[in-house]
Amino acid sequence: MRILVCVKQVPDMAARFRPNGAGTWYGEEDLVFRMNEYDENAVEQAIQVKERLGGAPEVTALSIGPARVTEALRKALAMGCDRALHVPDDAAAERDPWQIASIIARVAQDRGFDLVLTGMQSQDRGSAQVGPFVAALLGFSCATTVVAFELGDGRVRVKRELEGGARSALEVALPAVVTCQLGLNVPRYPTLPNIMKAKKKPLDAVAPGGEPADARAATARFFEPRRRAAGQVIEGALDDVAARLATILKERASVA
Amino acid sequence: MKTLLVCEVREGKLRESWGELLAFAGALGGERELLLIGDEGLAPAVTGRLWVAPPSPRGEFDPAWHQAAVLEAARRAEADRIAFVHSSWGWDVAPRVAAGLGAAQVSDVVAIAEGGFETGCCNGKMRRIVAPRTERVVVTIQPGAFPARGGAEGTPAIERIAPAYRPDGVTFTGYEAAAPRGVDLARAPVIVSAGRGVGKKENVEIVAALAKALGGELGASRPVVDAGWVDHGRQVGTTGQTVAPKLYVACGISGAIQHLAGMKRAEFVVAINKDKDAPIGEVANVLAVGDLVQLLPAITARLRR
Repeated sequence: MRILVCVKQVPDMAARFRPNGAGTWYGEEDLVFRMNEYDENAVEQAIQVKERLGGAPEVTALSIGPARVTEALRKALAMGCDRALHVPDDAAAERDPWQIASIIARVAQDRGFDLVLTGMQSQDRGSAQVGPFVAALLGFSCATTVVAFELGDGRVRVKRELEGGARSALEVALPAVVTCQLGLNVPRYPTLPNIMKAKKKPLDAVAPGGEPADARAATARFFEPRRRAAGQVIEGALDDVAARLATILKERASVA
Repeated sequence: MKTLLVCEVREGKLRESWGELLAFAGALGGERELLLIGDEGLAPAVTGRLWVAPPSPRGEFDPAWHQAAVLEAARRAEADRIAFVHSSWGWDVAPRVAAGLGAAQVSDVVAIAEGGFETGCCNGKMRRIVAPRTERVVVTIQPGAFPARGGAEGTPAIERIAPAYRPDGVTFTGYEAAAPRGVDLARAPVIVSAGRGVGKKENVEIVAALAKALGGELGASRPVVDAGWVDHGRQVGTTGQTVAPKLYVACGISGAIQHLAGMKRAEFVVAINKDKDAPIGEVANVLAVGDLVQLLPAITARLRR
């Protein structure tokens, strides 16, 4: 069995975002990049499948982007993936979901994957399109937003998360693309010995396989929304903030 | 321009979100028609053409059936815009439809602006204007962004369609109800919620202590529940509980849209956060900037005096 996990590297969301020169996405200066959280759940799921099947499945991690994304791939290897593929692409951050999916599908095409796992969305774009597009391009079955996953008899039993905490249960025939929701599992932290081992695992650059598909949409402008300002902002010395806040809370709680 | 609005049916009921789709179509301008995939008896009471496809023979959730039904209705209606609500169902089916049409998809749209669609990004902190480059466009709208206004009540002109259908590898085996709620937060007058900013499980205690000092209940945002620091029964947000307390204190909660949807009806919101720019500031009456780990015990001590 062969499993592909698609991971994206995204900025830490606590950062202050500023538009890039063209004003079409964020500038990367001062940003700290890490693996997209939803993709961490996907990597964890792939490794759990591998462990449950006695190590037999080969798990390949794939990422598209500039050289920095190899850090996310090293993390995937340190978590337990067997090998990694890097599609070098300095323009990846501004490609639309269809283009990204097309690149993934081309790389995946002849490598015989039975299962493709990825996050249900990225933290920066949040389009939730890439997984289903990859499935459409490869002709695989597709289930999105899963919070429960069990593999057996050539199919995957998953539960999709619905509004209000309900779930829908599905059986998905392989080959399949499954997109992972937060809470599906608790992604492991790579241990030091595994980080060392990961350095010896194969991380290969692969060509995107020709010109990318035409973009179907483009970002015309990236900006910070004009927010309704917070009614009152309290900042300053700890004791002062605590005193003022305690007064407000006491008053509000007493009329509650 | 003609927009096809795709209604959502779940557990045999029409979701009320179709009213939001109607408001979106109104904002977009041009003609609009609706599509219902389900029993005809569920038809919304609205004027204009309503395409009706029966439910799938393989159960209510059948993405291949839904994709085929939308493609057929879009073809018959000659629609160049196809709109869904950005719900768990909507974001699952929309890309299948976009792929089938060779169309651009714009997800989680909050406004129509600058000749394109405005959508949130970077966990709700930033926005983008997305300009589609294809003739036909699939859109999912953010729940709550286009509030239903009514005004088109009437009897629809129903046209039945039969999707040209090829079952795929997805088989629906049933719904599972939400886990019973440990605490009914909907009735709590005071809720103090812990978010990712608490940093570690042990720090949930200082949030709980503040809740206790205020005579309130402990709540939590999704990341804290996913990490197993707080029980799911206390989760506030789209997949947890919707609350409307007199006082809501958000501790270390950035304010993702899914959380805001669960607590925006609170009467008074106090946010305590180290990030002054976090989206929670938008709904907060008071935003205190500081380190929770130091600030919360200091506040709790004062309240206990």
